[in-house]
Amino acid sequence: MILPLKLEEVSFLQILHPLSLQIEAGPSTIILGANGAGKSVLMRLMHGLLAPSSGKVSWSDADVRRRQAMVFQRPVMLRRSAFQNVRFALEVAGAADADRVAREALAEVGLSHLAHRPARVLSGGEQQRLALARAWALHPEVLFLDEPTASLDPTATREIEAVIRAFDGAGTKIVMATHNLGQARRLGDEVIYLHQGRMVERAPVEKFFAQPATPEAAAFIKGELPWV
Amino acid sequence: MGEAICAAAALVASGDPALVGIVALSLLVSLSAVALATLLGLPLGAALAVARFPGRRPIIVLLNALMGLPPVVVGLVVYLLLSRAGPLGDLGLLFTPGAMVIAQTILILPIIAALCRQAVEDAWVEYQEQLRSLGVEGTRAAFTVLWDIRFSLLTAILAGLGRASAEVGAVMIVGGNIDGVTRVMTTAIALETSKGDLPLALGLGLVLIAVVLALNTAAFLVKEAAQRRYG
Repeated sequence: MILPLKLEEVSFLQILHPLSLQIEAGPSTIILGANGAGKSVLMRLMHGLLAPSSGKVSWSDADVRRRQAMVFQRPVMLRRSAFQNVRFALEVAGAADADRVAREALAEVGLSHLAHRPARVLSGGEQQRLALARAWALHPEVLFLDEPTASLDPTATREIEAVIRAFDGAGTKIVMATHNLGQARRLGDEVIYLHQGRMVERAPVEKFFAQPATPEAAAFIKGELPWV
Repeated sequence: MGEAICAAAALVASGDPALVGIVALSLLVSLSAVALATLLGLPLGAALAVARFPGRRPIIVLLNALMGLPPVVVGLVVYLLLSRAGPLGDLGLLFTPGAMVIAQTILILPIIAALCRQAVEDAWVEYQEQLRSLGVEGTRAAFTVLWDIRFSLLTAILAGLGRASAEVGAVMIVGGNIDGVTRVMTTAIALETSKGDLPLALGLGLVLIAVVLALNTAAFLVKEAAQRRYG
């Protein structure tokens, strides 16, 4: 187990002010906030793509790179087939039986029939499912999702959410950034609410939406612009 | 001009072994130089694009500037290195096709490396986070990007080939334009021009252009087919 993940007084430039939190195994965590609130930066600090300006990010186990994965808002696919994209990730991770695992992962997201198409000609929704398959194949303990449906239509969004629920059901810890309230309710168990680079609230989903503890969160839920 | 086209047609039709030899040597020298410069230039360009070290920016400026290296200067420097009294004189390469390959490699290495550096750097912006997330770093990341944009790099390599097959100054100096040994199309054209046989010179020129066009057509078709297949 690499969880819990601990952030101690972590900050990043002027974007994220020092915050401490702990991410536990189990419930899906939604990082909620307006554009520019610092969601993406917080995810990248957790995933290790950015180094904090101050403070400390620590996992309970040293071998963390292989046991976490991240899906970005815009998936980046290599110029090879869908299948080879998944296989590449497995190869890098040194996984055994890569062919079989890659096929299973594609089946899991419903892309088996497109396995041998060039990944770059797939639609946006298909590419995002492929990105999820690539992450799924690695059997990560923690999966970070950075606004995975922000540029997708409602149908593709539903498909992506179904796959995310399947991950969750299989025991993968989901940490997802979104500014979509409906999605937060549908997929989240708890909410971390960011406002202008500060964590202003952390609560179970029902409680967060029913009785937000801070005026900023209440305003965001009501759809008001909190800084006006 | 009509005379030149007739001369070119007659040249090709005659199948003159001397002409075939000149065309073959031109291709051998230029393609060898392109192969060597590609082998050295692509990793160099990719490394410059991906790595961060002090002095990187001046090196990039220098590399870009070297794209405009004057062939005669390269020829002269290689001549000095390979001449009997020079540091590499013992190799006995001066006035051989080997010397011509060395000179052309030096000439086109900056072109291929600089264009590759720019292409990889542009792609790197897109790939970097995803590759790091997957745990692909360092040399492996550079080669992954290099391989992924290989079809775009073809243009850089063709630019190198264009430069190599068109230049006359460097091969003239280090090769010496010796009939049957180091005479290539460009040096033959220069020679016929100075002898006053303009139709033959132009005819040779047309053959050279046709060869370059054929190579570029082949490269284009390969690139298109591959792009259809890999997206």
